Amino acid sequence: MIVASVVVLLVATAQENIAKQRIATGFGFFDDEANFAIIQTLIPYSETSSYARALLVGLLNTLLVAALGIALASVIGFTVGIARLSPNWLVARLAAIYVETLRNVPLLLQLFFWYFAVLRALPRPAASLSIGDAVFLNNRGLFVPALSFDGMAWLAPIVLVMMVLASRVVSTRTRAGTRWLDRWPRAGLIAFGVVSAAGILAFTVRAEVPALTGFSFQGGVRVIPELMALVIGLSTYTAAFIAEIVRAGIQGVAKGQHEAAQSLGLSRWQTLRLVVMPQALRIIVPPLTSQYLNLTKNSSLGTAIAYPDLVHVFAGTALNQTGQAVEILTVTMVIYLTLSLLTAAAMNWYNSRLRLQER
Amino acid sequence: MMSDSPHAVEIRKISKFFGGFQALKSVSLTVDHGERIVICGPSGSGKSTLIRCVNRLEEHEEGEIIVDGVALTSNLSHIEEVRREVGMVFQQFNLFPHLTVLENCTLAPIWVRRVPKAEATSRAMALLERVKIPDQANKYPGQLSGGQQQRVAIARALAMNPKIMLFDEPTSALDPEMIAEVLDVMVELATDGMTMLVVTHEMGFARKVADRVVFMDAGEIVEAAPPEEFFANPKSERTKLFLSQILGH
Repeated sequence: MIVASVVVLLVATAQENIAKQRIATGFGFFDDEANFAIIQTLIPYSETSSYARALLVGLLNTLLVAALGIALASVIGFTVGIARLSPNWLVARLAAIYVETLRNVPLLLQLFFWYFAVLRALPRPAASLSIGDAVFLNNRGLFVPALSFDGMAWLAPIVLVMMVLASRVVSTRTRAGTRWLDRWPRAGLIAFGVVSAAGILAFTVRAEVPALTGFSFQGGVRVIPELMALVIGLSTYTAAFIAEIVRAGIQGVAKGQHEAAQSLGLSRWQTLRLVVMPQALRIIVPPLTSQYLNLTKNSSLGTAIAYPDLVHVFAGTALNQTGQAVEILTVTMVIYLTLSLLTAAAMNWYNSRLRLQER
Repeated sequence: MMSDSPHAVEIRKISKFFGGFQALKSVSLTVDHGERIVICGPSGSGKSTLIRCVNRLEEHEEGEIIVDGVALTSNLSHIEEVRREVGMVFQQFNLFPHLTVLENCTLAPIWVRRVPKAEATSRAMALLERVKIPDQANKYPGQLSGGQQQRVAIARALAMNPKIMLFDEPTSALDPEMIAEVLDVMVELATDGMTMLVVTHEMGFARKVADRVVFMDAGEIVEAAPPEEFFANPKSERTKLFLSQILGH
């Protein structure tokens, strides 16, 4: 009763204030001109585009960071987690130091570190660090050549796939008698595929190399420092947690499984890959899913270093301009909720495929 | 099957410590090609530790072990070479639960011996035939009874074509009615001339197939003799006591 009357009072006050400040309600503003620029747009966007378009740009930027972050965090996390169990004392120590350092410093601080202390502290464009005069790194970001494919470029992957398939056929046809004779035709076919694919690409792919003109670079693809800092910060931080999950998963597999695999002559690496990891994944995947969700949600901290993600563009700039907090925050939260539920659903499906058959 | 080395396994004065506890005290044992040895003794006597040293699941600290001419040191390639030639069957089966029965038996031949898949599969089927469960080939270990699982474990070890088989209490985790089906397979294997080191309390099996019975206590070999002699007139008091305890019922 008391709760209900408090809610009624709050809603009434909010409506009164919104009316007083002449803020419109409803979703009509979606079609209005946004009137602001965004520094990274994966789809065509200009200041005359609508708020709906700005929302889409922000969402795509969030998805880009989440996808890159999840991929990188998984690679680093599995590597460090396996390294922590290495019989090599130094490797195991280094992995432990990585985990304890990265997971015990606030993420926001780490993002500031990567952005202000590392990437913004790089030299000016005129004094760029460069690799072979094609890739440039400076305080404006990373500049890499843009590739344009024309004409027959699509032949390259086709040739490669055909040669790999052919080598499969050869290897199943020839019976293993003398092992080397069995392997050479396969290797030859694959090598031929790689060489001819490379040859086709050499003639059909044009690289547009970035070049310094005036104070900045023209041409090529620019990766903004905000994106780099956010991806590096999110993935190295989340990887520390993933590493611990991977370690727990591996240690959760019965010792007898290692012993059985080793007694059959499997090497340490084969034991991990063929016997231990498939079983450890059952333990790893549920908490790994949580980390993926955390990474996606934590990408909203990119706002603090001005990365134009969903929160920065929509729940930031668009909110400030329109003042329609209720609508904008509701939409933003629903989008994050949907992203998380979709990720969780995909991971749960994967996990159900790993379940063991019993009875 | 005979190789150039004079003995299948030569254990010379090995010692093994777990922290301050000495599990093996300067134990020596020589096993000839084709010889079948049963090792028995009270729990904690070091019998499991001894056979686990033979494929280096445990590292011995003193003495030397030579398996089919290869000395076991910290040299990893020697260890893997020995493990390829020595099969092991565990008390808890330790089948790979994420693989089918057939895949359990083809994994090592394919990845370690580089046998083509089709050949590995037909060989595995022949072995499953031999341990009398070919109809379970496409089931998962969790779907089998304990006795069936242990027979799969034997087939899995045999799939590597080992020269020596180690059995670590293979029937101790089984219900009584399943013990016989596993022992039958082991007897058949022994009859075919496999070199076997078996840790077990199945004295019936020892009488039937063992060339020698080894009795261990407190990390030492107390007595080793052919079964007729071992059971009829054990020499040491400790052996007599042990035999009266396990045969007394």
